[in-house]
Amino acid sequence: METFDALLLARIQFAFTISAHIIFPAFSIGLASYLAVLNGLWLLSGRGVFLNLFDYWKKIFAVAFGMGVVSGVVMTYQFGTNWSVFSDRTGPVLGPLMAYEVLAAFFLEAGFLGIMLFGRERVGRGLHFFATLMVALGTLLSAFWILSANSWMHTPAGYAVNDAGQFIVTDWWAVIFNPSFPYRLVHMVLAAYLTTAFVVGAVGAYHLLGDRPGPAARIMFSMAMWMAAVVAPVQILAGDLHGLNTLKHQPAKIAAMEGHFDTVAGAPLILFGIPNSAEERTDYAISIPKLGSLILTHDPNGVVRGLKEWPKHERPPVGIVFWTFRIMVGIGFAMLGMGAWSLWLRYRRRLYDTPWMHRAAILMGPSGFAALLAGWFTTEVGRQPYTVYGLMTTAESVSAIDAAAVGASLVAFVVVYFAIFGAGTFYIVRLMRRPPALAEPDLPADEPIRAAGLMPGPVLRRAKRGAAA
Amino acid sequence: MTLDLALIWAGLIALSVLVYVVLDGFDLGIGILFPLVKSEAGRDQMMNSVAPVWDGNQTWLVLGGGGLFAVFPLAYAVIMPALYVPIIVMLLALIFRGVAFEYRWKTRRGKFVWDASFAGGSMLATFAQGIALGALVQGIPVANRAYAGGWWDWLTPFSVLTGIALMVGYGLLGATWLIYKTDGELQRAAYRFAWMAGMGMLAMIGTVSLWTPFLNENYMARWFGWPQLLYVMPVPLLVALCAFALYRGLSTKRQLMPFLASLGLFILSFVGLVISFFPYIVPSSVTIWSAAAPHDSLLFTLVGAAVLLPIIFIYTIHAYWVFRGKVGTTGGYR
Repeated sequence: METFDALLLARIQFAFTISAHIIFPAFSIGLASYLAVLNGLWLLSGRGVFLNLFDYWKKIFAVAFGMGVVSGVVMTYQFGTNWSVFSDRTGPVLGPLMAYEVLAAFFLEAGFLGIMLFGRERVGRGLHFFATLMVALGTLLSAFWILSANSWMHTPAGYAVNDAGQFIVTDWWAVIFNPSFPYRLVHMVLAAYLTTAFVVGAVGAYHLLGDRPGPAARIMFSMAMWMAAVVAPVQILAGDLHGLNTLKHQPAKIAAMEGHFDTVAGAPLILFGIPNSAEERTDYAISIPKLGSLILTHDPNGVVRGLKEWPKHERPPVGIVFWTFRIMVGIGFAMLGMGAWSLWLRYRRRLYDTPWMHRAAILMGPSGFAALLAGWFTTEVGRQPYTVYGLMTTAESVSAIDAAAVGASLVAFVVVYFAIFGAGTFYIVRLMRRPPALAEPDLPADEPIRAAGLMPGPVLRRAKRGAAA
Repeated sequence: MTLDLALIWAGLIALSVLVYVVLDGFDLGIGILFPLVKSEAGRDQMMNSVAPVWDGNQTWLVLGGGGLFAVFPLAYAVIMPALYVPIIVMLLALIFRGVAFEYRWKTRRGKFVWDASFAGGSMLATFAQGIALGALVQGIPVANRAYAGGWWDWLTPFSVLTGIALMVGYGLLGATWLIYKTDGELQRAAYRFAWMAGMGMLAMIGTVSLWTPFLNENYMARWFGWPQLLYVMPVPLLVALCAFALYRGLSTKRQLMPFLASLGLFILSFVGLVISFFPYIVPSSVTIWSAAAPHDSLLFTLVGAAVLLPIIFIYTIHAYWVFRGKVGTTGGYR
């Protein structure tokens, strides 16, 4: 019983720390690309408003990126501290992918972040733009490698097992581009872009509702709503393809997402219901006949496998997978609706003076984070009871650490994360509430209170002047 | 002749740990010295002297952990659970240290909170790293490819000593970095800190060096056996040389020499550790070769490292070059 407790605590700790972490990189993937676009638009058009927007979002990026870095270091070590058997056995396969993430992505981000944040005056516009591009590239490379590793856990390929029980690689190409990786990468990067777009849109909308909205607020809002209109439908398509890929490789996960216990031909699409694992049925189901089969098999009478096909100990927890999937899909369609609404208002030339639209956009501001977390819960809980799908169970993977030690570290993580990341979120929201100034300071002015951004700025500038004099 | 990839990788991992220790060492050292500087302006300058580079410096820690996972998965799987408590404490402390760089400028009323977060996080992270190092030197028992000791084995007088020693050492790096990067009142204070930390560091190097051989017969043979003594003799001699350079640099008020001498002391201490450890990666339990991942994984990762590490060095040096020079000639917010 004690090992079970330690296992459960280790799982909760991993779920908590990675959920807290994923929010920040997702936001910085989107925001880094947005900053690169703003920087490029400024250099192309010469319009100061793009530079203002760049400097405005740069300060928010710095805080979010910092939180991503510190919560990310935790992840690098947590595989070893709490999942040592997993680490020993999968290290030869997954370790190199993560090493490539560090070498190709993390150093690139960190190496150019300083120049992007406070180097424009020192290195000139061209090199500064290059630094911004490198930071954006770094975030995308990071997503590439870590999602490749994550996807391999879902759809392992290109491996063999050696005498020590370790997974070893027979084909690197097959490992990196394992069957679910392309779908997961596209779905995740689009999710990051959409999440960021709705945050940017909410900030734009908030300032449009203010007294004297400037051009910056309109540009933010417009760019965000273009993203919603274009990317939301693409994301729904990508999600559908990802789902079909999952059906092929992890049919039990799909059965849990759909709430199907029985294998039937012409399966309904269950919109809502309460999955009942004990009785092996979904209670109070509201469903559309045959649509489930149509979506999953592209045939209204296609056969869809239900959870009863698998013994109980091989099924994922149904309730979490079922509900988080519906939250994610619901938010996805709400985003689609926002995009469509914005197109209609644009056509009517009322995008900037429809307060209800702006209120809705503010409400939708954090929705991307909710969808993102819900989606991760769907796919990762749906992978249970395995860490490496079909090959290694979660129970086999855990370190033999006392429940007391894991419990203590879990409590410490929860307390510290809520305090630290709560404060960071407070500072970010405070930065967002301030409208972009007409001349947004590149580096903070002399009074520390309005000094957003971390800032060797004024001091460095003076040093430079002093050196020149 | 086939290349010994495991040995090459052991060298690369050791290198990234060393680079981490010296680079984040002066960042953390500045955090350790933070409470000793009372003026707002001085503290701003201290933080600004590392703000553009600390994130890159800390990335070497991620490479150390990620690299160990990739190329020595067994060592990673043994060391991390064995050092569970100090590692978790270090990670949490690094959170407090890292966010302070951002948060401190976002508030006037709450600034003292993030000052404390920066200083406390730096001290605790350093102490935990030192404890982890000491616990590793003591040796970690292994059975059936897993850690086979208790959950408080890491806590001994020796590991507490190495924890304190690392705080003194990082303090020295931080103080000499400040001498190089600042001027005026803060620089004068940094000279004082460097005197204290320098003497403390030499005392710590002496104590730890004399204690270590008594922990383990291998260490004793390595350092005091004959003819090994001849091969290892240059290390203490070079330590003496660096100590003299530090003394000269501080007493003649040189700008860069004290920092370089402190780096020398760290590099030599690290070389000493490598001499003691070799050929073990987990002392007395797991050798480099038995912990190494299969040949293919070592090779695949090495190709990436061979291409990317030189590029990383180039743009890292470039970043330091961009932010070269004194931080605050006329003193920021005074």
